[in-house]
Amino acid sequence: MGGRADEVVFTKNATESLNLVAYAFSNDVAGQAKDPRLTLGPGDEVLVTEMEHHANLIPWQEVCRRTGATLRWVPVTDDARLDLSGLDGLLTERTKVFAFTHVSNVAGTVNPVRRLVEAARSVGAVTVLDACQSAPHLPLDVAGLGVDWAAFSGHKMYGPTGIGVLWGREELLAAMPPFITGGSMIETVYIDHSTYAAPPQRFEAGSPNSAQAVGLGAAIDFLDGLGMDRVAAHEHALTGALLDGLAERPWVKVIGPTENVERGSAVSFVVDGVHAHDVGQVLDDEGVAVRVGHHCAWPLHRRFGIAATTRATFAAYNEPEEVDVLLRALDRVPRIFGLEVA
Amino acid sequence: MDLYQELILDHSKRPHGRGLREPFEGEAHHVNPTCGDEITLRVHLDGQTVQDVSYDATGCSISVASASILAEEVTGHCLAEAFRTQSAMKAMLTSRGQDEGDPEVIGDGVALSGVSRYPARVKCALLPWMAFTDAVARSGAAIPANDRS
Repeated sequence: MGGRADEVVFTKNATESLNLVAYAFSNDVAGQAKDPRLTLGPGDEVLVTEMEHHANLIPWQEVCRRTGATLRWVPVTDDARLDLSGLDGLLTERTKVFAFTHVSNVAGTVNPVRRLVEAARSVGAVTVLDACQSAPHLPLDVAGLGVDWAAFSGHKMYGPTGIGVLWGREELLAAMPPFITGGSMIETVYIDHSTYAAPPQRFEAGSPNSAQAVGLGAAIDFLDGLGMDRVAAHEHALTGALLDGLAERPWVKVIGPTENVERGSAVSFVVDGVHAHDVGQVLDDEGVAVRVGHHCAWPLHRRFGIAATTRATFAAYNEPEEVDVLLRALDRVPRIFGLEVA
Repeated sequence: MDLYQELILDHSKRPHGRGLREPFEGEAHHVNPTCGDEITLRVHLDGQTVQDVSYDATGCSISVASASILAEEVTGHCLAEAFRTQSAMKAMLTSRGQDEGDPEVIGDGVALSGVSRYPARVKCALLPWMAFTDAVARSGAAIPANDRS
């Protein structure tokens, strides 16, 4: 993923990774010299987007609450792409951090990371990338993208649960205070004070999830063996086929880009008049595994005035025939629920 | 599939007692945080009698049908009967397919018996019944002890 080994912190999941970064802002000892990039206070702003997973939203809400900084967000368009028309007004010299997802876990939108990083840099803001949805699906080069931190988790990329990664630029990691303290993260310990190890050990207190880290390594080797370009191309083709099929069904509304450009393989949709749980139940009955609900992105659902969506996501193991299985199963929904469809 | 019986679909399309009405003595708002389903439910009591159950629900067919069935089965009944029904519904829904439900006690509620085989859906069907219990408690009325004998 484009980072160096000593810039990789193992965590228990991406949520912890993102909390670790958020914690670094103004949680150090009061009055102690701090890195100005990691200070937040009244008048400062944190920018997120309306499409964030709760894991890349709530830690920022909390850090704003604690520090008096103001949370702002980039809205999304009707096809769930970032509406960057007002970015100049949102990303200003007051902005200290811009945290955004690489790929929406609901809409599948692939965000223009380089453009966002450039805009953030031009005002001196640091950037945090939620790479959970890109790491398993797209070639990822965190250093090449220019972000300051990136987070992803093992279980979304064929690895085990209980392992996540925070990648950060070395000098920023070095400026960050520890998040969880205790064994394994120290340099020296006295009865009344301690000094801490250099990153990444500083952020890996306690017994590590070594088995999970090895499992994640195996998963990454597996993906490398397949080739991320091939994985992305395979999933792109399946996504296109599903979007085409859904376009033929006017009773289905896709929440996300319907054009298969700058788009990942998460396809979320609603069937007018039928709740996502009911749609998911019918698909489940036909052996199609989808997820229903707000997918931990409640604000994005609020943006579209809906409580829940049904989400199909393609991975390396899906076959083209499975798109047809899904569409045929979906056609049972209007029949079961007595919808009038043209 | 046996989950979506006609009765459930009828109740979910034309829910009994839908809408929020006055007067009411107790109101509860319950959400299902994993899916975002919500219900606001009011009870109007006259002494020990449930005079009206009114509600505004956003949810799947199972939760809306369950609210409709609740309104039908408890309105006009005394609290003791209402909670006998509540407790029988809860027992059936959490039985993992072991309890088919007694139509004498829960009426149309038996249509929801299939839900107990789908663990992920049990909370959908329970949502209005939990809100009902809460609304009665908030009204200040005593909740009768569950008597399943």
